[in-house]
Amino acid sequence: MGKTLYDKIWDAHVVATEPNGETILYIDLHLIHEVTSPQAFAGLRTNHRPLRRPDLTLAVADHNIPTEGQALGVDAVADEEARIQLQTLARNVKDAGIEFFPMGDIRNGIVHVVGPEQGRTQPGMTIVCGDSHTSTHGAFGALAHGIGTSEVEHVFATQTLRQEKAKNMRVTFVGTPVPGVGAKDFALAMIGRIGTGGGTGHVIEYAGPAIEALTMEGRMTLCNLSIEGGAKAGIIAPDETTFAYIQGKPGAPKGAAWDMAVDYWRSFFSDPDTRFDREITIDVGKLDPTVTWGTSPEDAMPVTGLVPDPDSFATEDKRASAHRALEYMGLTAGQPIAEATVQRVFIGSCTNSRIEDLRQAAEVVKAATAKGLKVAEGVRAMVVPGSGLVKEEAEAEGLDKLFLAAGFEWREPGCSMCLGMNPDKLSNGERCASTSNRNFEGRQGRGGRTHLMSPAMAAAAAFAGRIADVREFL
Amino acid sequence: MQKFDRLDGPAAPMPMANIDTDQIIPKQFLKTVDREGLGKGLFYDFRFDFDGQEKPEFVLNQPAYKGVKMLIAGDNFGCGSSREHAPWALMDFGVRCVISSSFADIFNNNCFQNGLLPVVLKPDEVHALMAEAKGGNHVFSVDLESQTVTAPSGQAYRFEIDAARKEKMLKGLDAIGETLVHVGEIDRFEEKRRMTRAWASS
Ligand code: SF4
Repeated sequence: MGKTLYDKIWDAHVVATEPNGETILYIDLHLIHEVTSPQAFAGLRTNHRPLRRPDLTLAVADHNIPTEGQALGVDAVADEEARIQLQTLARNVKDAGIEFFPMGDIRNGIVHVVGPEQGRTQPGMTIVCGDSHTSTHGAFGALAHGIGTSEVEHVFATQTLRQEKAKNMRVTFVGTPVPGVGAKDFALAMIGRIGTGGGTGHVIEYAGPAIEALTMEGRMTLCNLSIEGGAKAGIIAPDETTFAYIQGKPGAPKGAAWDMAVDYWRSFFSDPDTRFDREITIDVGKLDPTVTWGTSPEDAMPVTGLVPDPDSFATEDKRASAHRALEYMGLTAGQPIAEATVQRVFIGSCTNSRIEDLRQAAEVVKAATAKGLKVAEGVRAMVVPGSGLVKEEAEAEGLDKLFLAAGFEWREPGCSMCLGMNPDKLSNGERCASTSNRNFEGRQGRGGRTHLMSPAMAAAAAFAGRIADVREFL
Repeated sequence: MQKFDRLDGPAAPMPMANIDTDQIIPKQFLKTVDREGLGKGLFYDFRFDFDGQEKPEFVLNQPAYKGVKMLIAGDNFGCGSSREHAPWALMDFGVRCVISSSFADIFNNNCFQNGLLPVVLKPDEVHALMAEAKGGNHVFSVDLESQTVTAPSGQAYRFEIDAARKEKMLKGLDAIGETLVHVGEIDRFEEKRRMTRAWASS
C-alpha cells in the first residue's frame, strides 16, 4: 500500500525509534516568539545545555507588541511585563546566536506570516513553534504543528521531538465557490461539520480541485484553522503554485540548489493507492459566506441563516454549551445572524493578515466607497497587517489610503486583537466582526463577543454596522 | 518532571465542554518569564468578577472544594492556544489530575511534560464521577500503576494510557536527557541531511 504525504515526511525525519514505540523526529525549522520561549531558555541554562542548532531557529516578537509606535523601540513599550518579556527574548536570542527580527524591523510580524514570507517554510520540512497555529505552514506540504514550552526546550537541546504518529485523514474539497466565498469559509464550514474535536489525533490532508485552485495565501488560511478542528496538523501537497510562491524569497534555495530542491519537493504527495483512516468531502459550490454565532469555531453558519435553537442540539452537553454561548454572545435563537450589530471590526491575525487578505477586504472598501459609504457610525474598525513587509506592500498599492479614507485604522504589524495580549482588545459586551481564528469566551478581551469570518465579510460588516453578506457590496 | 504514581484528594466537577487554555489561564498572565506562581491566574474569569471579587458560585471558590487535587471536566478539555502555562497554572493551584472524555492534543502533551495526569474515561463514566463529586468533601483516588480511578462510593474505573507515557510519569523521567542518549544518531542524521538536502541547512 502507498504512503500518504504525512507518512512520507514522517519517514524522512525519523532519527531513532525507542523500544516503547516513541519516535525521535528531526526538526528542520523552529520558530520562536516572546511568550512561549523564556522558560525554555531558562531550562537550558539551569541544566547547562547548549542550544543545538541556532541556524535552524528563527525568532520574532509578535504576541504582545503594541501596534503603534513600534519605531520607538522595545524600551518604550508601556506595559512593563510585556517589555521585560520582549527584552528577555532579545537577550536570549543574542546569547544563543539565533536570527531575530525585533519589533520595528520591517521583516518582523506574526510568526506564521514571517516564516513563509522569508522563504524559510518549505515543502517536506518538519516545522514547529510554541504556538498552536503553526499548522499554517502545512500549506507548503510541510509537517507543521504547535508545541508547548517543554517541547520548545527539547527542540533547543536536541533539534528533535519525541512523537507518536498521528492518523491520516483527508478532506477533499470539490466544486467552484460563488463570489464572496473563499478559504476562510471552506475552513469554517469544515469545522462546523466535523466539530472542534473532529480532527483529534489526525493529520488532515486537504485535497481536491478546490484546493488546487487556491492561492498559497488561501491555503495558509485553511491550514491555519486545522487546529480549530482539533487536528494535529493540516497539510497540502506542494505543486507549481507552491514552488512559484517560494522562488526568490530570501530563504529559498538559489541556482542549482533550487532545481535539486524542487525535484525533492515533488516527491511529497499521497500515493494514489493510499488509504486514509478517515475521509470526508465538502462541496464548496454549496457554501454561502460563513460566520460563527457562538463561542467555538464549530458554531459556524451561513450568513444568510438564523441563529440556531440550543434545544435542537443532539446531546445534553451540546445543549448546555449552546445555551451558555447564546447568553454570552447576547443573541436569541431564531434571529437572523445578519441582524447582529457590531461595534468593532478586526482585520488581521495569522489567519488573515497577508497581502491577499488585505486586497480582498480592499475590494469591498472600494465598492462601498464608490457608493459613498463610510465605516458605520459607532464602529471602530482596525486593519493590522501581518508583517512589516505586508504593510509596505499594501502601502505601495495604496491600500492604506483606501482604508483610512473609509474610516478604518491602519496599524502596525503583530498579533494584536487576535488574542488581546497587547492594548488592542474588546471591552465587555462589544461585538466584533473578526478575521481571526478563535471566538472563545474572552479571547479578544473579557466579555468581548467575536464572530469569525473572512476579510471581505469583516469589511462588509464595518460598512453595514452589523454582520452582513458581502455579496450586498460586490 | 514531577513523578506521578498515586493521588488521593478532593475532585471538583466542571461539566462545561471545550474549556480552552485561555479560560484555564487568561492571556494577561502569559507575560511572565517564569513557570511559577501562575496559580493566581487559574480560571481567572470564572473565579473573579470584573471588580476582582470572588464569584461564590464558581466551584473552586466553594469551601467544600478547598484543596482540590483533581478536576472532572467536560469534553475536549484544554483546546485552543498551545500555552504550557495551562498545566503550570493547574499544578501551581494544586491540581495534579484532570479527568475528561477527551483532551486537545497539545494540552495533553504539555500535561505529560509536567507530571499532570490527563485521564480519559467514557462520557457516561465522566458523568458518573461528576455526580459523585457534587457537594465536595469527598476523596477520589487515582492510581497510575493499576490505571484506575476510584470514586468515593468505591466504584472503580479503569483508564487506558500509552505505555511509554505511563512509564515516564511513574519515574518522572527527563525527556531531554533521554533523547540526548541518542546524540550519535542525531549527529548521523544531520550528516546525511547535510549531504542530501544541503539547501535546508543554512
Ligand atoms: S495571530 Fe493570533 S493565533 Fe496567530 S500567532 Fe498571533 S496570537 Fe496566535
